[in-house]
Amino acid sequence: MLSLLLIILTSIFFMGIVIRTKSLASGRKGPGILQPIKDIIRLWKKGSVYSTTTSMIFQIAPTIYFSSIVMAILMIPLGNQSGIISFGGDFVMFAYLLALGKFLMIISALDTGSSFEGMGASREALFSMLVEPAFFIIIGSLALFTGHTSFYEIFSTLNYGSYISYLIGALATFVLVLIAMIENSRMPVDDPKTHLELTMVHEVMILDNSGFDLGIILYATPLKFAMYGALIANFFIGAVPLEISIPLFFSIQIIFAIIVGILESFMARFRMSHNPQFIFLLTSVSLLIFFGVLLVLGKFI
Amino acid sequence: MNYLEMYNNQTVSINDIPKLKYVEFMESNLQLLKNKPERHCVNYFGVKNENNITVYCCIADDNKHQLYISSSILASDATLSSLTAQNHNFEKFEREIHENFGIAYFDHPWLKPFRFSHNRSDKNISIADYPFYSTESEELHEVGVGPIHAGIIEPGHFRFICNGEQILHLEIQLGYQHRGVEQLFLHKTKLLERATLAENIAGDTTVGHTTTFSNLWESLCDFTPDHSLQFSRTLALELERIAIHTGDLAAICADIAYQLGNSVYGRLRTPIVNFFQEWGGNRFAKGLIRPGKINFPFTPELAQRLSDIFIAYERDFNEMSEQFFSLPSVLSRLEKTGIVTSDEALEIGMVGIAARSSGLVRDIRYSHPNNLYIKSFMHKPKIKIQGDVFSRVKLREEEIHQSIFYCKKLLENIPEFKKPENIPFSPGSNKFTLALTEGWRGEICHCAITDENGNLKNYKIKDPSHHNWMALAQSVRNNEISDFPVCNKSFNLSYCGHDL
Repeated sequence: MLSLLLIILTSIFFMGIVIRTKSLASGRKGPGILQPIKDIIRLWKKGSVYSTTTSMIFQIAPTIYFSSIVMAILMIPLGNQSGIISFGGDFVMFAYLLALGKFLMIISALDTGSSFEGMGASREALFSMLVEPAFFIIIGSLALFTGHTSFYEIFSTLNYGSYISYLIGALATFVLVLIAMIENSRMPVDDPKTHLELTMVHEVMILDNSGFDLGIILYATPLKFAMYGALIANFFIGAVPLEISIPLFFSIQIIFAIIVGILESFMARFRMSHNPQFIFLLTSVSLLIFFGVLLVLGKFI
Repeated sequence: MNYLEMYNNQTVSINDIPKLKYVEFMESNLQLLKNKPERHCVNYFGVKNENNITVYCCIADDNKHQLYISSSILASDATLSSLTAQNHNFEKFEREIHENFGIAYFDHPWLKPFRFSHNRSDKNISIADYPFYSTESEELHEVGVGPIHAGIIEPGHFRFICNGEQILHLEIQLGYQHRGVEQLFLHKTKLLERATLAENIAGDTTVGHTTTFSNLWESLCDFTPDHSLQFSRTLALELERIAIHTGDLAAICADIAYQLGNSVYGRLRTPIVNFFQEWGGNRFAKGLIRPGKINFPFTPELAQRLSDIFIAYERDFNEMSEQFFSLPSVLSRLEKTGIVTSDEALEIGMVGIAARSSGLVRDIRYSHPNNLYIKSFMHKPKIKIQGDVFSRVKLREEEIHQSIFYCKKLLENIPEFKKPENIPFSPGSNKFTLALTEGWRGEICHCAITDENGNLKNYKIKDPSHHNWMALAQSVRNNEISDFPVCNKSFNLSYCGHDL
């Protein structure tokens, strides 16, 4: 329950910090921290317009996408407080809930019949598919390391482990930060600011969405960031009492947002054909974690 | 002699231009261009007479600094063999002649509508039924972009044929604007109206087009511009080059999502265009260049101000460029993207900065110099040979340095400015004048013909985009479709300069 509340709180200011960091890095003042969420609230007050070529799928997809993310968030624990849903193997359900939302967005993009949206959908499908092994290898390694299969048990046991758990945590943080960037279609894989349909990945898929639908799709981005941020925070929050773990949680989220802003400020995005290479890199780093775990457990000669 | 030899900004009598039979005309012009990379067609256009059409062909020779003009009289309903079948330099020009006068070419490989001008001969064809090249293949798909450009909101339609992410073919269809600029030049008889028209041919090349018009008009009226006029035109041309090139660098950064470069280059463009505001009251230099006079003298205070701007500009520009051209993520986007080989460039007849990036030495400042380009400094064109996006971007950076150097050189010797006065211009009768200027994008060509009373009979404009649009279509072949925007920006061609 607590983690859900904290994640929703984080999602309110997360994009504001990213945008402010980017503005400061390019010598501008930038909008207020709450501006992105105000824009989303404005969209929520509007009605949606539907193209006549689309079907029911296009209308239900944003809602399912959004609810799949909310449901995934319900599984995230906070330190020694378990999430609302928690059972053995819940991380598999977590990953496939997100995949379900993404699948709906992809078919809804195809539903519009636009050649741009089809292109974007195919890119998004490819990149999400490539990210999946990295996520499963990390969480699988941790499950092997701790001997548990639910988020809550994995994280609570990890924190009572040796120093090596922090090393694994650091590597996993690196991979999770980049997974979050890819899953949210941010730099260096995608550029959320671009106006060029031909280079877009996620933005081009939602070109036809408007009003309330667009609002919830846009709100899904900070929610997902906050969700991955909470996963990362869990690597560092041990069984510390709440008065320490809550400020720690927020500082990790703020640092995460600043890192995202800095990553987006000082480099150009990749050429589209280099993206799969880059995503495979994440898988290889997760394999490192996996071998590290095998070494620690003595299952590896 | 099958052609008349003349120089840039020279006025000749229309009767001195040889009138050839079409077969000879064709043979002569094709021979002029054959195996001569230093020559290209700068203009080829038709003029309607009472019951026939005269076509004029102008070939430029960069080594001899000459222009070769020849003409031929065609019957209105003629069906002819095309020059394009043997040399692609003429492709767009012949399409235009076909569209405007209904002359048919039986062996033109790509005889499609050109710009859908209002005075076209066949009013039945409309832009909605443009005959796109298309494919029936199951594996390939077509992507249509436009007719509204996402960034600058000028109309143009781009039709891609793709295999997945790979572009196999791109066809660019322009002609949405129907402005009728060339006809307006004939209808509007006041000089101020014509000068205003010239500065609005392409909004980003105000100085280039007004300079060309002013040089042409002064030559046509037998007026010799004094040093101060030439000085201000040369300086304004170089300043425009610096401003637009810097803006282009910023836009390239935006296209590859390099935020730092986008904001720094974007900021650096501002002091240069603001200097135009200080000098002539308009950031895009509208109203600055006029035939016979300049309303805004260039004072020593302005010179001091410009020197200060350059000091601040160069410091930031050098630092940013050092960073930009060594950043691996930037280089990986720009290098080997959108290559136009020098053979392709030659065949297309490319001009300007895009041609120089593909190894062609085409620069009017060097080959057909006007104003102060030969008097104050010898211009040596900068050349790149790879022809990729990186070459075009890097060449912009190098040309900015070069232009700043030229501006500083000009500032060393500021001429005396006279009080502006209105000179009663009267063009000679039966004259032909051709003016070439190197704008920031490339060669601008204006061509005027007067009748026996000294009134304008024909005014022909050619923006460098006319040649280079085809180069863009070539450059993106076999590239990824997501690299199209950065290729497009590296050319930065004009839509309105095409849709005259």
